[in-house]
Amino acid sequence: MRHLLSTSDLTYTQAIRILDTAAEMARISEGPVKKLPTLRGRTIVNLFFEDSTRTRISFEAAAKRLSADVINFSAKGSSASKGESLKDTAQTLQAMGADAVILRHSASGAAQRLANSHWTSGSVINAGDGTHEHPTQALLDAFTIRQHLRVGTGDLRGLTIAIVGDILHSRVARSDVHLLSLLGAQVILVAPPTLLPIGASTWPVQISYDFDSVLPLVDAVMMLRVQQERMSDFFFPTAREYSHYYGLNADRLKKMKPTAIIMHPGPMNRGLEITAECADSARSVILEQVTNGVSVRMAVLYLLLAGAPSEDGEITQ
Amino acid sequence: MTDYLLDGGVLADGKAVQVLIKDGLINQIESVVSTLGATNLQKISINGCIILPGFVDLHTHLREPGREDSETVESGSRAAAKGGFTAVSAMANTFPVADTAGVVEQVYALGQATGLCDVFPIGAVTQGLGGTALAELGAMADSKARVRIFSDDGNCVFDPMVMRRALEYVKKFDGVIAQHAQDPHLTKDAQMNEGLISSKLGLKGWPAVAEESIIARDVLLADHVQSRLHVCHVTSAGGVDIIRWAKARGIQVSAEVTPHHLLLTDDLAESYDPIYKVNPPLRTQRDVMALREGLADGTIDIVATDHAPHPAENKECEWQAASFGMLGLETALSIVQATMIDTAMMSWGDLAMRMSTSPARIGGYADHGQGLKIGSTAHLTIVNPTRAWKVDRDLVASRSRNTPYHGMEFPGSVVATFYRGIPTVLDAKLESATHGN
Ligand SMILES: [Zn+2]
Repeated sequence: MRHLLSTSDLTYTQAIRILDTAAEMARISEGPVKKLPTLRGRTIVNLFFEDSTRTRISFEAAAKRLSADVINFSAKGSSASKGESLKDTAQTLQAMGADAVILRHSASGAAQRLANSHWTSGSVINAGDGTHEHPTQALLDAFTIRQHLRVGTGDLRGLTIAIVGDILHSRVARSDVHLLSLLGAQVILVAPPTLLPIGASTWPVQISYDFDSVLPLVDAVMMLRVQQERMSDFFFPTAREYSHYYGLNADRLKKMKPTAIIMHPGPMNRGLEITAECADSARSVILEQVTNGVSVRMAVLYLLLAGAPSEDGEITQ
Repeated sequence: MTDYLLDGGVLADGKAVQVLIKDGLINQIESVVSTLGATNLQKISINGCIILPGFVDLHTHLREPGREDSETVESGSRAAAKGGFTAVSAMANTFPVADTAGVVEQVYALGQATGLCDVFPIGAVTQGLGGTALAELGAMADSKARVRIFSDDGNCVFDPMVMRRALEYVKKFDGVIAQHAQDPHLTKDAQMNEGLISSKLGLKGWPAVAEESIIARDVLLADHVQSRLHVCHVTSAGGVDIIRWAKARGIQVSAEVTPHHLLLTDDLAESYDPIYKVNPPLRTQRDVMALREGLADGTIDIVATDHAPHPAENKECEWQAASFGMLGLETALSIVQATMIDTAMMSWGDLAMRMSTSPARIGGYADHGQGLKIGSTAHLTIVNPTRAWKVDRDLVASRSRNTPYHGMEFPGSVVATFYRGIPTVLDAKLESATHGN
């Protein structure tokens, strides 16, 4: 594994290895010496064409705990908006000797494009590309679910996980669907028909338009951010109607299994897809997701860059 | 003027003949021609090659004026000649737009000056391709360029009243409206065919219904005002069905398919390489098969290239940021042979109809598409169906290199092109001596 572009590229063994490594990283982060010398002298670039402070600082913290040098590069716009072009930027970073590029971009496929080009020779980690994928988010989701519902080891067989909301535009949903089903979980997509991609019925998921009927079945609900702008494109009539049918609130919380957890990739629209009461409830693991994000990203950087040997021989630099 | 004896070739039906080109005209087609009276005769051996009427393209983006960095009338004419074309139709989406007599006359004159093929300008339907006010269609029709095809290609003439009036107005000079069928509301920011692949890739979908609904509306409008409609680049099985239905009703509609829609499918987008980004988009294998059937049974009248050159920087980027379009002129014949002839869906005679006779008829290009008729202008394309070749983007005649076929091998080649009785291509190479400027 040289790049991490999509969770659909991962094998079961690789996915478990990343989660197990992340667990190791989490243990280290809780210890007295939080820093590992593993990536000393390596240069990691956070290349963000789209603002996302939370993802950027999570990767930055992960890289620094592995003793890597971190360069933050915010490039506004893309060649479409006559800003900095991906090619020029990548070539600049190549000249600076980047060992890995963590790319966030508004264009779907930007990370794959970078990885398959000759513009950079480093590893490429997809930190969210348009409405395509966000693989480290899915890994931290799986990690969080495993911590809570599977005592931190193994896979997710036997669990049912609902992903609720704007599936159509969600890179998190696409990455989650691949990874959670790879790990054996049953995924249910819950959304109005307008916010489900054409052909989602061919994905390894169940589909429901009815949140209430799904609630008693699930071990975890993943609430996706819904942008108010979607209203103007007729995806749903009003924010109020959306919340009424698909928002997570106290009444719906009561319909869930007592052990079921609440997740959200953030940033939340409190009051739209989730009420403050639910977001802040004891069932919510939203802040843990943030913490776990650092461990998972440490694991990914470690496995991609430190040349860790692998059973299947795939995780080598 | 040099006269030419083509020796050892066969007609589309397989009959072995010699062809004598004299004074720029087809003089004789016989098993053995008489060369008495020929002056300065040059004999050209074309053993086993097929002699076809010169190809006519109704959909070519030559980019001049305004985007000479990607193509010019001259470079586009060279690509056309290499692809076996003796006439091309320059689309109106230039800078400035070809929406006045002045611009279309300029493009026409550039084509004549280059002298490698006829360049017939297509006039814009609406001023500045804006979709709201009709361009001076009459002035363009009466100009030296004698425009008969009008199109806002790149944009759809979406307002139904504008479309109705345009269809009506061009009846005055037997013109035709060539529609780029794309409902703009259903395709806002669209990137590729809407389907399983677009959902997986997270690229915004361009649903086939956005094309089909416009085709359906336009055939009904054409029927209502009894005028001629030409549907550009049909891409979907549903679109073929609607046109088949319209033709059965006697509606005056013609349609084109591009070589790339006969060959390529939307799964190529999985590479996120925008070399496959084109508008309208590549669709599914089912659509490809329906297009091939439609072309074979005549529902789709012609092949048109939609040759769309772009500079490298417009394709060396993210998919979303890249321009739509791909080169088409130099590979058209090879793709039609591979998809239609070698699959036994069409004969060489059918190909001559779809790539020469019918496009010339639709465009009103009287000097072209006459078939191999004694006394007609010698526009000829010679094809060697067994001369396989590999596409190399570094060897194209076009000024741009955005071919999606780089590295692909095709079964047959254009080996010679005669324009007005003069070879523009011989032995599959451009005749540098003949293109003066
Ligand atoms: Zn078009």
